Amino acid sequence: MKSIYLDHAATTPLSEKAFEAMKPYFSDIFGNANSQHVYGRDAAKAVSDARQTIAECIGAKPSEIYFTSCGTEADNWAVKGIAAQLKDKGRHIITSVIEHPAIYTTCKQLEKYGYEVTYLPVDGEGFVSVESLEDAIRPDTILVSIMFANNEIGTIQPIKELCEVAHKHGVLFHTDAVQATGAIRYDVKDLGVDMLSMSAHKFYGPKGMGALYVRNGMRIEKLLTGGEQERAHRGGTTNVSGAVGMAVALKDAVDNIEKDAAYVGGLRDDFVNKVLARIDEIYYNGAKDTSRRLYNNANFSFRYIEGESILFSLDLAGISASSGSACSSGSLEPSRTLLSIGVPVGTAHGSIRFTFGKRNTSEDVDYTVDELVRTVEKLRAMSPLYKKQA
Amino acid sequence: MYNEKVMEVFRNPQHMGEVENYNAIGTVGNETCGDIMQITMRINEDDIIEDAKFKTFGCAAAVATSSTATGMIIGKSVDEALKLTNKEVVTELEGLPPQKIHCSVLAEDAIRVAIDDYRKRKNG
Ligand SMILES: Cc1ncc(COP(=O)(O)O)c(C=O)c1O
Repeated sequence: MKSIYLDHAATTPLSEKAFEAMKPYFSDIFGNANSQHVYGRDAAKAVSDARQTIAECIGAKPSEIYFTSCGTEADNWAVKGIAAQLKDKGRHIITSVIEHPAIYTTCKQLEKYGYEVTYLPVDGEGFVSVESLEDAIRPDTILVSIMFANNEIGTIQPIKELCEVAHKHGVLFHTDAVQATGAIRYDVKDLGVDMLSMSAHKFYGPKGMGALYVRNGMRIEKLLTGGEQERAHRGGTTNVSGAVGMAVALKDAVDNIEKDAAYVGGLRDDFVNKVLARIDEIYYNGAKDTSRRLYNNANFSFRYIEGESILFSLDLAGISASSGSACSSGSLEPSRTLLSIGVPVGTAHGSIRFTFGKRNTSEDVDYTVDELVRTVEKLRAMSPLYKKQA
Repeated sequence: MYNEKVMEVFRNPQHMGEVENYNAIGTVGNETCGDIMQITMRINEDDIIEDAKFKTFGCAAAVATSSTATGMIIGKSVDEALKLTNKEVVTELEGLPPQKIHCSVLAEDAIRVAIDDYRKRKNG
């Protein structure tokens, strides 16, 4: 049977290059990077080189890169670290309604501990407005955290402008760049952000490896207290192979960013055009301007039918995509992001995200479009809500 | 997540659509919850369900339980049909994931509403 992976926003396969680069660091060069002998020095050298490479890829200094165990940890650290560091200055944090749970639930947790959080709304395409941010800033605001690119609908925020507004009012700015890193060329100094999170498995690197950029000169409380690793900012024995794989994958992604954007973006555009031409009564969610949307992302709401059954039908045809509906997790709440951009609740239940990658082909696009057309017809014939247009 | 039986029923649902000249209809659930089931039946003078068909908006478990429950009541009297529980439907499907059990209640409810409708029409 066919097997087509269209869920690259969930995770990507490890690249051959990254895999090869990682291999020596499991069993041959296995030392603890903090040890004071040759084994330790060899491991430390690998970590230091990886840090250097990652820093160069995003325009940072090596001393501004801290390795973490995943993107979620980087996000938690940025928000909780600043909340703790600046608790005497203020207890107000600003974020957006469409953040990934790594930020969203972290903010919800801080609310239980006496912090106030403003969740900025987004417009119909998922954009946060600079004006709404400016209006929300208060004297006790200590942090603004707004994601670079959204994981569900691919909307790319005007990070530089948002950051300028925060800084104008003397407020620190963090961005969750987990989906953006490796897909969008950026330079942290040009963006101006104080902190930025990334995760290796989103750009063909290993799972369980992330990093937080922290601008030099900033102070942030630790999240993981422990040993003296990461210049005494993050306890825990460094994941040497992970750091190596992350660096190789990021360099490869950044070196090829325009080429990959053209190829993968081309597949996505072809897919979107074909789907819109062949299926009626659907919404294409997210930014219409492709320059303001992740090139791999397509998100549709299909009226009158439910997301899990669409996903399951596609799965039976060998197509792996992702549902905007959280029904499969046992909750009946449809996606917070889709509701925030104004998709009606019922329609939000019928939403599917397709995220393309480098290994996909134009045959994958055509096969998926055909199967999707068949699935939607079949499920609509079964739906009590659908009245066939005469 | 789903067993073979559920997958097979979802792939090839039976009794899908609307019965011609039905004299009982029941619709339960709502779009907000992500589950709606409609069942239509033709019931004869002896209160036997001669035919029944369903239409469902919902997840694979909702579709599979709709199809199975509809099949289980055809040929039964309305009194027997009212005795059908979601447990029996789940057993017929050889089990559902725990978080999907609530979907199976939909069919039981729809059958009850349809039979209420039939009785109202008959007596009304
Ligand atoms: C926008 C965003 N932030 C954070 C994360 C979490 O990253 P990780 O899976 O490395 O914890 C993800 C990945 O699912 C994401 O898409």
